[in-house]
Amino acid sequence: MADNILEVRNLKKYFKTHKGQVHAVDDVSFTLERGRTLGVVGESGCGKSTLGRVILQLIKPTSGSVLFNGKEVTGLKGGDLRRMRKDMQMIFQDPFSSIDPRRTVCQIIGEPLTVHGIVKNRAEREERVLELMKTVGLAERLINAYPHELDGGRRQRVGIACALAVEPGFIVCDEPVSALDVSIQAQILNLLKEMQRKRGLSYMFITHDLSVVNHFSDDIAVMYLGQIVEMTTAEALFDHPTHPYTQALLSAIPIPEVGAQRQRIILNGEISSPIDPPDACRFAKRCLYATDQCRQKCPSLTEVRPGHRVACWRANEF
Amino acid sequence: MEANAKKVPASRRYAKRSQAGEIWHRLMKNKGAVLGLILVVMIVAIAIGSGILLDYDEDVIGQNISQRLKAPSWEHPFGTDATGRDMMYRIFYGARYSLIIGVVSVLIALVIGVTLGVVAGYFGGPVGEVIMRVSDALAAIPSILMAIAIVSALGQSMFNLMLAIGITSVPQFVRITHAATLTVRNQEYVEQARCLGLPEWKIMFVHVLPNCLSPIIVQTTLRVASAIISASSLSFLGLGVPAPAPEWGGLLSAGRKYIRTHSYLTLFPGLAIMVTVLALNLLGDGLRDALDPKLKGKK
Amino acid sequence: MEHNEPILKIEDLTVHYELEDETVEAVNGISLELGKGKVLGLVGETGAGKTTTGLACLRLIPNPPGVVKSGKVWVNGTDIYALSDKEMNRVRGSEVSMIFQDPMTSLNPAFTVGEQIAESVQLHENVTKQEAYEKAREMLELVGIPASRIGEYPHQFSGGMRQRVVIAIALTCNPKLLIADEPTTALDVTIQAQVLELMKGLIRKYGTSVVMITHDLGIVAEVCDEVAVMYAGSIVERGTLVDVFNRTLHPYTEGLFNSLPNIKRRGEDLKPIPGLMPDPTNLPAGCAFAPRCAYATEACLKERPKLEKVSDTHWCACLAYRNEGFHIERSKGKE
Repeated sequence: MADNILEVRNLKKYFKTHKGQVHAVDDVSFTLERGRTLGVVGESGCGKSTLGRVILQLIKPTSGSVLFNGKEVTGLKGGDLRRMRKDMQMIFQDPFSSIDPRRTVCQIIGEPLTVHGIVKNRAEREERVLELMKTVGLAERLINAYPHELDGGRRQRVGIACALAVEPGFIVCDEPVSALDVSIQAQILNLLKEMQRKRGLSYMFITHDLSVVNHFSDDIAVMYLGQIVEMTTAEALFDHPTHPYTQALLSAIPIPEVGAQRQRIILNGEISSPIDPPDACRFAKRCLYATDQCRQKCPSLTEVRPGHRVACWRANEF
Repeated sequence: MEANAKKVPASRRYAKRSQAGEIWHRLMKNKGAVLGLILVVMIVAIAIGSGILLDYDEDVIGQNISQRLKAPSWEHPFGTDATGRDMMYRIFYGARYSLIIGVVSVLIALVIGVTLGVVAGYFGGPVGEVIMRVSDALAAIPSILMAIAIVSALGQSMFNLMLAIGITSVPQFVRITHAATLTVRNQEYVEQARCLGLPEWKIMFVHVLPNCLSPIIVQTTLRVASAIISASSLSFLGLGVPAPAPEWGGLLSAGRKYIRTHSYLTLFPGLAIMVTVLALNLLGDGLRDALDPKLKGKK
Repeated sequence: MEHNEPILKIEDLTVHYELEDETVEAVNGISLELGKGKVLGLVGETGAGKTTTGLACLRLIPNPPGVVKSGKVWVNGTDIYALSDKEMNRVRGSEVSMIFQDPMTSLNPAFTVGEQIAESVQLHENVTKQEAYEKAREMLELVGIPASRIGEYPHQFSGGMRQRVVIAIALTCNPKLLIADEPTTALDVTIQAQVLELMKGLIRKYGTSVVMITHDLGIVAEVCDEVAVMYAGSIVERGTLVDVFNRTLHPYTEGLFNSLPNIKRRGEDLKPIPGLMPDPTNLPAGCAFAPRCAYATEACLKERPKLEKVSDTHWCACLAYRNEGFHIERSKGKE
């Protein structure tokens, strides 16, 4: 049996708004094997960030279950929840708002150590903080720096150090590099990979950048309006993209090579928000291949090849 | 050398100008704020000094009919009042009342208002709703009217005066803290803290509140100024510190009768109130600029 | 007018931001030329001085704190820094216009999109209100928005649609030069593809010259004819698309390419440029890139390299090429 660190079953999160219910995460199921990386890709508003937060119980799910190391985490409260959080961490997108501007690097990285009783006194805490700073490549002299003195890349390193401080097994990375410049982005991606190799971490890597997700993930789930529309290994997804949305997404990546342009699929319209969606394929409005069937019933994720699942009525035709 | 350096904790080795130092640095660049600060320091010094150097019974309330209603002179720079008391001594001593009332009443408002505001802002929900609506209702009553009501109900004393002024200032603090908390609450570092397993109360006081402090500090300085005005107004109306204590509002009220013939009796207490309020406002505005990170580095 | 007159010519432009206790050296003596109908990609990371260069082409550097220390900018043969403010206003919009990064903030929420387009028509062309609205309707159709939406407010449009409106405003008066500052960065990939496609079509149709400011080399490869790579306020390499992409010379350009995850070679480790961009208030005496450069020598730390001509279309600012036979890793594999 596969060693699954995370198992998500029929997870749903609906938000009530004055316009109706937003189906931000709608019936999402997947498993993540220990030590692997699942990339979750989609455009803004597809529910990928909400999915990450629901898994970490930062947002309470509407229904469904999340098994972490075989243990149900939905519904955990108080101390149990806090203990569980020691094992699952998150790295946030915006390095400018994800660390407290009024605290020093030492206080920021040291806080989780104190809260979880990992260190007993100041000296010990400082020692651990310096160790963590070294691990993520921060110079020792920055120990008393305030966030506003650090650039985006360094702040993101502080965020990573903070997440690693409690020695978790699983980290949700929510667009950890999209606010950074390319040369810094590569530094951070390499750092995350190194941490994975050294500590056997499992990642859920949320991003809108397909070339980054391809580089970084073992498996990829493509989300559209709250649902996973295609899920398989990174190779299979890039070699045989099957869902029309995935195909369009892949063809839209600008490739930094002269004359590299291939046939581009330009989608009509834009992503809408999933407010009280009817029982139809949510992509049907923008899909070039939509039929009546697509507009009448929502397809579910079905396996088209071993390990390659697609939610499309016409998947077998592509 | 090397070994020696190793023993000093890293946090000490790389110590440098703190954030408070930065703010001070920026404050000192603002001419208005420096003027305000100097004036405030002077007024505080006068208040403390007059308490030590002046004999209350002799110099402040001791009557001397032979010297009554003397115009300002070298002997009595601010003149003397209807019972021959030196106005300079009385005004200097009066600074004590104004400052104590201003500071204590604002402290009362600060503690109550900030606690309610941060709770309402951070937790929201029905509790927050109730706090905000009650505070709105309180703010709808004219503050001087409410202060009069409170003092009349509780009886005239200095403490009741402070309590009354404090309570009327609570809604301002609730509102400003609530607004600041709402923005800070949605920052990713609050989510991060929750993710790291911090208990809610700790997040509220360690991460949320300190990041709301700037507007609160500014509001505090400005509120001290308006509390001084309120106290003077109430004393003027006869509801403040009982005579013969030389509260500035009371001095104004007493000098009112002589405003045509001996205008210095109202001029100097009025000036005292004005200078104090102006100094606090200058300081508050300066603090606002110094604490606002958005203005940092700009001219 | 001469036939080969460049639409945009920048000569030795230096822009500093003079703050209270420090001076940010944003742009340090850059020179550029752009011919008619060409698209130039201005590439670089945050703080490289791309946007400042773009703003300088419209004389829009915020002053204070920005100060144009030296240099001249010609737009369609006119030295714009010699114009009066009134003349400059006429040049803006009709000769040169700009598209900003964030479509959410570059439209005025209080006016309908029609009013905003018509306003820019009326400012530059002597037309009646009715004609201006007619033109606005035309422009909307041109950027792929049904003319029936002319009376709607910006908040009724999605991000991609707003950027289309911004493009429509920028192009209404048929400017000779368009400065596009990261026009698609705030958009999703599929929307980005739509907008890029639209821009490419319009540029071709009107023969507009474009300075495309971007950090995305993929977009450059797709829409640009020429490329200028900026680092710490200087242009370090400049040439045609093929020159810069396939015959890369500057170590920084190489570093940029190596930092990008390539979808064709997945799993390969990225080779990031070590270290950080130098502090623009305190640039090193020598080559600004030297502290991060794998090929740096003693000379690089002392002397600031100038942009030197390598071929008719290719310039590079790197001292290492003084050594006979020097080449960077990237070009080794290609040649």
